[in-house]
Amino acid sequence: MSDQNAKSILLNPIFTDNPVALQILGICSALAVTTSLDTTLVMCVALTVVTACSSFCIALVRKHIPSSIRIIVQMTIIASLVIVVDQVLQAYAYATAKQLSVFVGLIITNCIVMGRAEAFAMNNPPGMSFLDGIGNGLGYSVVLIFVGVVRELLGSGSLLGFEVFKLIENGGWYQGNGLLLLPPSAFFIIAMFIWLLRNWKKDQVEKPDFTLAPQSEAHTH
Amino acid sequence: MSKNKDSVKQTIIVALALCVVCSIVVSSAAVILKPIQTENKLLDRNKNILAAAGIYKEGEHSKSDIASLFSQFTVKIVDLDKGRFLGESEMQGLNIDIEEYDQRKASKVATFSDKLDKKTDVAGISRRAKYATVYLIENDSGIERIVLPIHGYGLWGTLYGFMALEGDGNTVTGLGFYEHKETPGLGAKVDTADWKAIWPGKRIYNDEGVVAIDLVKVKVDHSKAKNIHKIDSLSGATLTSVGVENLVRFWMGENGFGPFLVNLKKGEV
Repeated sequence: MSDQNAKSILLNPIFTDNPVALQILGICSALAVTTSLDTTLVMCVALTVVTACSSFCIALVRKHIPSSIRIIVQMTIIASLVIVVDQVLQAYAYATAKQLSVFVGLIITNCIVMGRAEAFAMNNPPGMSFLDGIGNGLGYSVVLIFVGVVRELLGSGSLLGFEVFKLIENGGWYQGNGLLLLPPSAFFIIAMFIWLLRNWKKDQVEKPDFTLAPQSEAHTH
Repeated sequence: MSKNKDSVKQTIIVALALCVVCSIVVSSAAVILKPIQTENKLLDRNKNILAAAGIYKEGEHSKSDIASLFSQFTVKIVDLDKGRFLGESEMQGLNIDIEEYDQRKASKVATFSDKLDKKTDVAGISRRAKYATVYLIENDSGIERIVLPIHGYGLWGTLYGFMALEGDGNTVTGLGFYEHKETPGLGAKVDTADWKAIWPGKRIYNDEGVVAIDLVKVKVDHSKAKNIHKIDSLSGATLTSVGVENLVRFWMGENGFGPFLVNLKKGEV
């Protein structure tokens, strides 16, 4: 495969074919872990590692996987990797792991990981699958970091725990926006991200399913 | 090739091989990382003891301070039934090493714990250890602060934490849970700074010496003297709140640290 191909596999998922913004996958965890930027970053790294490694492993054994147990084999590989990542986090980033609690475990059910395994890794060599996993992990990360920055900055006036806007409670001027700390706000912010992205890349705009019929002469006064 | 790949034999071989490889990977990761995880847990527990006692403040202190801050505690073991500290000789007789004694393990051993009957077991812990490790800060006039381990059943699992009291054995210095399985975003708020900030200054016992701590579902005006025993419940987490109330009532009551705290007030521990 040419370099050009490898590059597009790695970079396309970031904006052109973003798993969250275009394919609308992995929304659930994007709501849950984005209240502060540090948990967001840890989650992004965890998901990227899991997607890349699971795609690599699955691609490695893709020619031997019987199609009847294909999904279970993929799940087992993904689940094992997620447990390893969870154990590593508990050993080296205990405080963050405690905050992320169940959401690291829930990477198992993240559609992006499973989606890449089934759509790409089953039909491509390990190296390319690994890059595809990294690329999709980065695509997920871009959206999550965007959401995380907006939520932490406007919700609690800080970034990565460092104070940016001084809150009124601490004698400053900024009133934290409580809504942004609650999960639903991530919906608005992801929607905003998609809107911005589709304004930039017009080809991602979907054709409307139907249009309103023009008003007829009789009904206009 | 493709026919062979999908044969029953091949399917079973692949499934078995996958299981073996995955279980080796998962279990070796768990075993190799276990010592670091245990150390983290211990550090986190010590941090929580310090935070409950109001000594460790997030932002002011860091992980490296924990060991030195923790050294100001005097660690003692309390005989819960008799309500006083165990002496050196008693500990030797019971084969208890103060550093090694683990109340959680002890509560599973028949010789070190008592089974609770349904009526007394309000905290839902089924067995209670006979001895508990407590952490004291002493000054010239006696005991200044005391940190007591508490635990009990919430909604999804047992909450483990610490209750820190002033030397009078009645005024709360702080409360914290270092391990729980409550719903993230709802019951897990037992672990947030905002909620824990309600506790300091509250009184456990009323004038008759009965546990009076009460988690209520209305907004509490904490400046009023009549609300000295009242704590706001966690909204959206009724069962967690009930669990916390019950476990505080149990551990501060006659089957928990009650007798010990009575003796502490009299100065006979």
